[in-house]
Amino acid sequence: MSNPVVQVTGLRKTYAGGLTALDSIDLDIERGEIFALLGPNGAGKTTLINIICGIVTASAGSVLAAGHDIVREFRAARREIGLVPQELHTDTFESVLATVTYSRGLFGRAPDERHCERILRELSLWERRDAKIMTLSGGMKRRVLIAKALAHEPSILFLDEPSAGVDVELRRDMWQQVRRLREGGVTIILTTHYIEEAEQMADRVGVIHKGRLIVVEEKTLLMRKLGKRQLTLHLQQPLTVIPAGLAEYPLELTDQGATLVFTFDAHTRETGIAPLLKRLGELGIEFRDLHSSESSLEDIFVGLVSERP
Amino acid sequence: MNVYAIRAIYRFEMARTFRTLMQSIAAPVLSTALYFVVFGAAIGGRMGKVDGVGYGSFIVPGLIMLSILTESVSNASFGIYLPKWSGTIFELLSAPVSYVEVLIGYVGAAATKSVMLGVLILATARLFVPYEVLHPLWMVAFLVLTAVTFSMLGFIIGLWAGSFEQLQVVPLMVLTPLTFLGGAFYSIGMLPPLWQKITLFNPVVYLISGFRWSFFGTADVNVVVSAGATLAFLALSVAVVAVIFRTGYKLKN
Repeated sequence: MSNPVVQVTGLRKTYAGGLTALDSIDLDIERGEIFALLGPNGAGKTTLINIICGIVTASAGSVLAAGHDIVREFRAARREIGLVPQELHTDTFESVLATVTYSRGLFGRAPDERHCERILRELSLWERRDAKIMTLSGGMKRRVLIAKALAHEPSILFLDEPSAGVDVELRRDMWQQVRRLREGGVTIILTTHYIEEAEQMADRVGVIHKGRLIVVEEKTLLMRKLGKRQLTLHLQQPLTVIPAGLAEYPLELTDQGATLVFTFDAHTRETGIAPLLKRLGELGIEFRDLHSSESSLEDIFVGLVSERP
Repeated sequence: MNVYAIRAIYRFEMARTFRTLMQSIAAPVLSTALYFVVFGAAIGGRMGKVDGVGYGSFIVPGLIMLSILTESVSNASFGIYLPKWSGTIFELLSAPVSYVEVLIGYVGAAATKSVMLGVLILATARLFVPYEVLHPLWMVAFLVLTAVTFSMLGFIIGLWAGSFEQLQVVPLMVLTPLTFLGGAFYSIGMLPPLWQKITLFNPVVYLISGFRWSFFGTADVNVVVSAGATLAFLALSVAVVAVIFRTGYKLKN
């Protein structure tokens, strides 16, 4: 970590009812990266975001945003932050342009019609700028929330489940917008249930579970470390047990003995596939089809979360 | 000071007022005008003078105060409760604004609307009953001070309220009775001696008395005491709001 734009140190949150939502969170987020925060429902993702944004008060610990303490230097810190919340909280009776203009002013920026117009055009909202928000679809409301978050030109953007309830086309547009923002130097921190999107978009991934950050890693490194590749062989004749002659290989019989699964390390020179196939031939075990597969980020995520109590 | 934020909040709230012009301005002006028609033009002529002032004219300051108090509380409480109810409060809480700036924006807009309303009612009253304003500067000062103070109270109610019902409880169950019993329609000198003493615990008495003094030069309570009581109530409201923002009561988890 050379240039963190968000530094979270020893962050803890215990609600009045006694629930500990966050427990000793330490996290650095690099300037200009896309960081995906993954975790099951109730893991503490939104609490973490809300503390950084100033909506929830931390019980202990500190957060620096763009070098500013979020409590002592809240003005400087919050000017750098934009938030797209999980829920569709909008000013129902206002027009699109009015609510975006309001957001810009609220965050201490002088009126700039051209900037507001540019954002609305990029989000395909310009044609609906005079429409009341209550008349928009859920997807369009989500765009309005993004426009509001970008109105004051933040350098750090939090997207809390931005794809929730958004159709495929809109989602694609949204991720294009995210990429454009990143190219413009904006740091993006997102939470999402669509882990395949995190797999496509994120530079680094953090997994939070029961208030604890259990993994923070570069996405490719994480997938290399925790991911695995498998070779699946569909046998001509089902086996009841794995023959003793194959004991040295990490094999598993599935599908009532009709499928033999070989797990191997894809990053070493010798995967073991060639010797295995040769050995199968020697043992007279024939197969009608084979294919290989690689763990997705979702597989890794599920594995990480399920193996912890 | 985040001046842009104050301006944004103020304009946003004023836009809401003008969007609901019938409900915000026209309805209270009409309902107050009806009081002038009934108690001023119709019945007032058959009633005796109060403190040397014709009854129709006597009730003008009290009725303006009634509208100012009600509308200030209602507008400010609704202004801050609406984002709480709709969830858009997250934006205010995450913005680089201090509680002073939030207060100036919301309370400023609510008070502006109340003053506009007061002036409109004052002009409307002239159509039905005769009156003159003896101390116009004091009249404006009391008008503004009361609008700000009760907008502040409304802001506190809006922060505290957890439902639309709670939002209505204080204006309907507390403010309206206090105003009616605070001398809007009578001089407290007309009450039995014991009730004259009890009624001094009603803060609205000081507002109406001071305001009426600015019209006719006569008052139930010394004008300095009236101004002092109003300022004290304003200071108390500011202190309560400051505590709410510092502790995050009903705002932050």
